[in-house]
Amino acid sequence: MRRLNRRVRTILLAALLGALLAAFCAAALLIPESAAAPSLLDARKPPSWAHPFGTDALGRDLLVRVLKGMAVSLAVGAAASAVSAVIAVLVGVAAACGSRWVDGLVSWVIDLVMGVPHTVLIILISFALGRGLKGLLAGIAATHWCSLARLIRGEVMELRGRQYVAVSRHLGKSGGWILVHHLLPHLVPQFIVGLVLLFPHAILHEASVSFLGYGLPPEQPAIGIILSESMRYLSAGMWWPAVFPGATLVLVVLLVDRLGDSLKKILDPYSAQE
Amino acid sequence: MEQKKETLLEIHDLTISFRMYDRLLEQRDLRVISDLHLTVRPGEVAAIAGSSGSGKSLLASAILGILPENAVVGGHLHYKGQELTPQLQARLRGSEIALVPQSVAFLDPLMKVGAQVDGHRRPRPVRRREELFRRLGLPEGTEDLYPFQLSGGMARRVLVSTALLSNAQLIIADEPTPGMGLEQALEALQMFRELADEGRAVVLITHDIDLAVAFADRVSVFYAGTTVETAPAADFRAGALRHPYSRALWRALPQNGFQPIGGFQPYAGDLPRGCLFAPRCPLAEEACRRRTPPVREVRGGEVRCFYGS
Amino acid sequence: MGRALGRLARRFFSYSVRIVTLLLAVSVISFALVTVSPIDPVQQYILGLGTAVSPEQRAEIEDYWGVDQPPAKRYLSWLGELLHGNLGQSALYRRPVADVIAERFVNSLALMLCAWVLAGVIGFALGCVMGVCHGRWPDRLLKGLCYLLSSVPTFWLGLVLLLVFAVALGWFPVGFSSPIGVRGEDVSLWQRLYHLALPALTLSLMSFASIALHTRQKLIGVLSSEYVLFARARGEGAWTILRRHGLRSILLPALTLQFASFAELFGGSVLAENVFSYPGLGSAVAAAGLNSDVPLLLGITLFSALFVCVGNLIANLLYGVVDPRIGTVEP
Repeated sequence: MRRLNRRVRTILLAALLGALLAAFCAAALLIPESAAAPSLLDARKPPSWAHPFGTDALGRDLLVRVLKGMAVSLAVGAAASAVSAVIAVLVGVAAACGSRWVDGLVSWVIDLVMGVPHTVLIILISFALGRGLKGLLAGIAATHWCSLARLIRGEVMELRGRQYVAVSRHLGKSGGWILVHHLLPHLVPQFIVGLVLLFPHAILHEASVSFLGYGLPPEQPAIGIILSESMRYLSAGMWWPAVFPGATLVLVVLLVDRLGDSLKKILDPYSAQE
Repeated sequence: MEQKKETLLEIHDLTISFRMYDRLLEQRDLRVISDLHLTVRPGEVAAIAGSSGSGKSLLASAILGILPENAVVGGHLHYKGQELTPQLQARLRGSEIALVPQSVAFLDPLMKVGAQVDGHRRPRPVRRREELFRRLGLPEGTEDLYPFQLSGGMARRVLVSTALLSNAQLIIADEPTPGMGLEQALEALQMFRELADEGRAVVLITHDIDLAVAFADRVSVFYAGTTVETAPAADFRAGALRHPYSRALWRALPQNGFQPIGGFQPYAGDLPRGCLFAPRCPLAEEACRRRTPPVREVRGGEVRCFYGS
Repeated sequence: MGRALGRLARRFFSYSVRIVTLLLAVSVISFALVTVSPIDPVQQYILGLGTAVSPEQRAEIEDYWGVDQPPAKRYLSWLGELLHGNLGQSALYRRPVADVIAERFVNSLALMLCAWVLAGVIGFALGCVMGVCHGRWPDRLLKGLCYLLSSVPTFWLGLVLLLVFAVALGWFPVGFSSPIGVRGEDVSLWQRLYHLALPALTLSLMSFASIALHTRQKLIGVLSSEYVLFARARGEGAWTILRRHGLRSILLPALTLQFASFAELFGGSVLAENVFSYPGLGSAVAAAGLNSDVPLLLGITLFSALFVCVGNLIANLLYGVVDPRIGTVEP
């Protein structure tokens, strides 16, 4: 049995992930709230055919809660990583194209952001914005752009050294024209891969910070909140509210991470790990 | 049998290919060396000359048994009349057979020269190494330098000293001259000549046919992964070569008229059927394109050609 | 030798200056963040007291917080106190913040140190195994494990470990912090270790993947190098090559990476401590944020930044001694 070709594997990964994401979105939009309504008769049921993931202490179906929760978590993760990636591009391009002074400032700010543990910084930012969704988004977006910004900076520096950029400059093209026509198109793949690779980190942080009690309000059943609730019933031997939501989260994060890695290797086979 | 006893190393029909996985589930063998012949006797320098990047270095790895894992080896290798099995190779390398690599890149950049030349065997041969360094004219304190601190000439002598320290009978020098000025190259080759004159056998792998002819006893001409001709060095100078490629190669040298040969060496991925040189050969006929010519003995040399004379 | 030390001292000095400016910036930014927060610290403090307060008492508290002063002035007075070692009073624990941090840091340090050493040793060893077996099944299996572990949220791993070791096997109590009702100094070393085990295991499982993958990558690079080919040509076996050439070039970079990972370590400890109610800085910072204990939140933020900077400083100094090519001058 030979290993599959990288492109084929990447396409399979993307298809599997797409199917999962579609399922989460469909669950969020199509399944009515009533499907996860509390029902004391069904409380604390272990997994069964009627409730594949079991029910929680209030008798809510955990599968429905997990599907809806994943949709919330994914939406937050996607939004936060998109904002983060845009920040990374802006900062990276500014550092590469600006004066040395700007470059120094950017590297100092990156040191600053990397200098405080992310969890602590997100707690602080979330606190500053009065907790809740806004604080969570801002916290994750503000902490995840550093490594991508460094990559983009390096890439732009390298591109600016290329001959055709020099030719354009000699032809009298403005800096902005060169940026739009020569630099940004080359950054698109970097940007997409960076975005995909940011995403797992963003979801993990989202779940962690929600778990700590910051971030989303308890009415919004994000994965971190479901897991946080499950803590209370661990000692009673209720393992399913902790295991299934977490495993679903891990599966999605793992798939996204592998997809991002495959994309990176396809784009830049020389940096590949194999 | 008589032949095998007096020869130190005898290589017969050596073929090396790499197993590659292309696309989906598709496997093919990339043949890099095919039907190579080489005989080396004690006291002589046997050169293998061919253009750069044609896989000559793999020959050294094949003799030492350190080819990459996806390499498939065919043919026969004999050392002192004994079949060179992987077990025997493991015992011989570093003791009886030594490699002198191309450049300082083959030294661990983080290890001091002295410890590196001494090698992994215990006890460390410190006294002998010091004596050797003096003989090779390496300045005091060389052993405490890191490889990046060596000058080109020092690096060359350090690399040679690794082979000398082992008392090897067979020394394989892989491209010892690139990046050197003529004077340094002559000095380096003189070292190998002296090693052979002391009774060892030296295999000199080089792209520089001029230098090979100047220092070697016999020169094998390497083309597209095989040896097309093996001739005494004197035959080159006398212009008495046997194979059309070696003649063309010799004529292409600046001092011999500078007449280039048309065409390119075939790439390992698509070797022609039959004689590997046939597509570029002025003498080629139908038979050359159908089957590989056998090795023939002609005037004290060997040639792989139907018409070589 | 003297010159090398001088260079090291210069690096140390310049990086220390950088640390000071970074810490100052962290203090400004975190102070600004808690200042713009819509959560009213005075109100939260009074709520935290749990008793009714008279208007006079309220005025006194407001005066203590400096509510009517402009933020810049408040920052400066806070910084001034900070430089004198006074980090303010924690509303949550009713004790000076400096004391809370000092006491809890000892706990956190024990946890992080255990996890750090464990993760470093396991990660390095597994990285070596993967590098040597590159492409064969042990490599693929361990690589898959590393990828899996880096996709697992710390707190969930903690939950799973709790389920397995506390609920299913019963080796540990479930809701366990340091033993309730026992004073700190009466807790025996054994009890400490007992309560440390699961959080430390969680934290080390979370952090060994990166070091293992890094070591694997480095070792693969070394093993495919020309100098390893030459070492093989000289008769060195796989084990000798790993010992003579491999460890030499991968051990110090791995150690450097370990020191540079203090931020992830601290971030992970926040989650691990919360899952296991471990009385360290991590559980304190989460509680400080939730209970709007501003002085404690600020204090721990600054302290965590200092902690990370010290790790980075060591990593930077190590980086200088790793490679003789950086350290020495051409002859």
